[in-house]
Amino acid sequence: MARLFRRRRALLRPAGFDELGLRRALSDRMLPFLVAAMAFLAALALAGAVGAASLARHWREGAGASLTVQVPRGDAPASGQSGTRLAAVLALLRDTKGIREARALTDDELAELLRPWLGSGVERLSLPLPAVVQVRLADATAELGGLTPRLEAAAPGTLVENHGVWVGRLTALARSLQACAGMALIVVAAVAAAVIAVATRAGLAARREAIEIVHGLGATDSYIAARFAFRATRLAAAGGLVGAIAALPVLLELATLTAPFAGLQPDEGGQGGLGVLPPVLWLALPGLPLAAAAIGFLAAQGTVRRWLRRLP
Amino acid sequence: MKRVPAARLEWQECRRDGTGSRMVRFESVGLRYGRAGQADPEVLHDLSFAIPEGGFRWLLGPSGAGKTSLLRLMYLAVRPTRGRLSILGADIERAERRALPGLRRRIGVVFQDFRLLGHLSAYDNVALPLRLAGRPEGQIRADVMEMLRWVGLLDKLAQRPAQLSGGEQQRVAIARAVICRPRLLLADEPTGNLDEVQAERLMQLLKEMNRIGTTVVVATHNDAMVARHVARSLRLDHGRLVSA
Ligand SMILES: Nc1ncnc2c1ncn2[C@@H]1O[C@H](COP(=O)(O)OP(=O)(O)O)[C@@H](O)[C@H]1O
Ligand SMILES: [Mg+2]
Repeated sequence: MARLFRRRRALLRPAGFDELGLRRALSDRMLPFLVAAMAFLAALALAGAVGAASLARHWREGAGASLTVQVPRGDAPASGQSGTRLAAVLALLRDTKGIREARALTDDELAELLRPWLGSGVERLSLPLPAVVQVRLADATAELGGLTPRLEAAAPGTLVENHGVWVGRLTALARSLQACAGMALIVVAAVAAAVIAVATRAGLAARREAIEIVHGLGATDSYIAARFAFRATRLAAAGGLVGAIAALPVLLELATLTAPFAGLQPDEGGQGGLGVLPPVLWLALPGLPLAAAAIGFLAAQGTVRRWLRRLP
Repeated sequence: MKRVPAARLEWQECRRDGTGSRMVRFESVGLRYGRAGQADPEVLHDLSFAIPEGGFRWLLGPSGAGKTSLLRLMYLAVRPTRGRLSILGADIERAERRALPGLRRRIGVVFQDFRLLGHLSAYDNVALPLRLAGRPEGQIRADVMEMLRWVGLLDKLAQRPAQLSGGEQQRVAIARAVICRPRLLLADEPTGNLDEVQAERLMQLLKEMNRIGTTVVVATHNDAMVARHVARSLRLDHGRLVSA
């Protein structure tokens, strides 16, 4: 029954009735290939934008919300108080509003921290190491203006190293990376639109006679533009799909490489598993064929309608 | 020539509305090719005539007289450079561009060089105007088969134009021209590529259309044909109407 129906339909209107001969005029070779290349680039730019955003967030929330305080001669008794200089500093820090946690690093942690610079024999060095206090702030913007003089009073020589300046610079860097990625996306979309417009123009020139015949038979501009747009949309969507799929392994590899910088532990993302891609990208990647389709539709419609205005 | 009974020709128009009794009216129409402002010579000058609904006209004149240009004005492939032109009751010189496709669908044209779509079968070529008019696929088949039977090409419906003889292509062209049952049917030297028998057969088809109420204009060189089928004529010479 279904076969009979299909045969009847085939006789009435061969599947994909192509009165303008667009199957050859808008070839399924070059256009999808070029759009796939654009989609691939767009995927990389998108990944760049998402990556820069997550690094910026990580720096603001992680490194930005911490201070390092160095207390020289931490074991020495504090002036005018009982207890060591380190204890005085810790007590002061813990009383300060806006500080969530203040913790002195153990000797082992300190040795670990210095190992890259001083080698594995750190423990046996006879250098006088300062005590180091790691301070976590309630948030990166906490106002700690008067902290330095008060620490100086409690334990002279104490140094406060604020990561805020670096975080500010890195965040600005991440923002400009995002802006670059955004501009790359816009350029890629514009080039895709231009590629589709050029292919459509070539198709119009190749099928000029058929278009004039169909126009003369009373086809509206909308009808002719829709025939072209239907084909261009399908080809662009196919190209976008191929490009997005081709970009996936590259993005996974990049995400695996950058995971440690974004504060992910290797076991969180697994070794190159699909989980390393930020969820935003999982939403954006399927958007690429859709965006390509939309660009294909609009570029073809605009090009054909403008071209048709030369006919009476 | 066997007469085709009228009952077999009851296919539908793609659109119908009142057009008044003047199907075609030219008032001091001039036509100049090339872009506006460019000084190409005028190819048609001061044409004034009217053709009533249901009329038949020969369009005569030597080669280069302007017959094709006059037909192009009538099938809305060009707009007049000056004067007033009314086709199917619409003022063409003032009509908006988007009003023209609807008018074109009610005008059938048979070209000397057929202008069939080479990659489509005879069936699809004939079905094209119905599809352009948005007729549902299910309603197309009966009309197309009817037209192909009328022009005697039922057995060739799947052939492409390149697989058909000149006469067969011309019959596909006329089937396509009349499938929407046009109010106005124009033919530009339709017998130029046909032998005597085929030309006569085509004339019978055109007259059959005229008999059921279609206004018909046929441009031709074929004096023998004109002598055989007596009708009023428009005669052009050097872009001027010398008799109407
Ligand atoms: N598209 C065109 N552009 C410029 N001149 C044209 C065009 N078509 C026809 N002409 C000129 O118009 C005149 C009339 O041509 P045409 O209408 O084809 O005459 P006919 O059909 O009677 O042979 C001729 O001088 C021809 O050169
Ligand atoms: Mg001519």
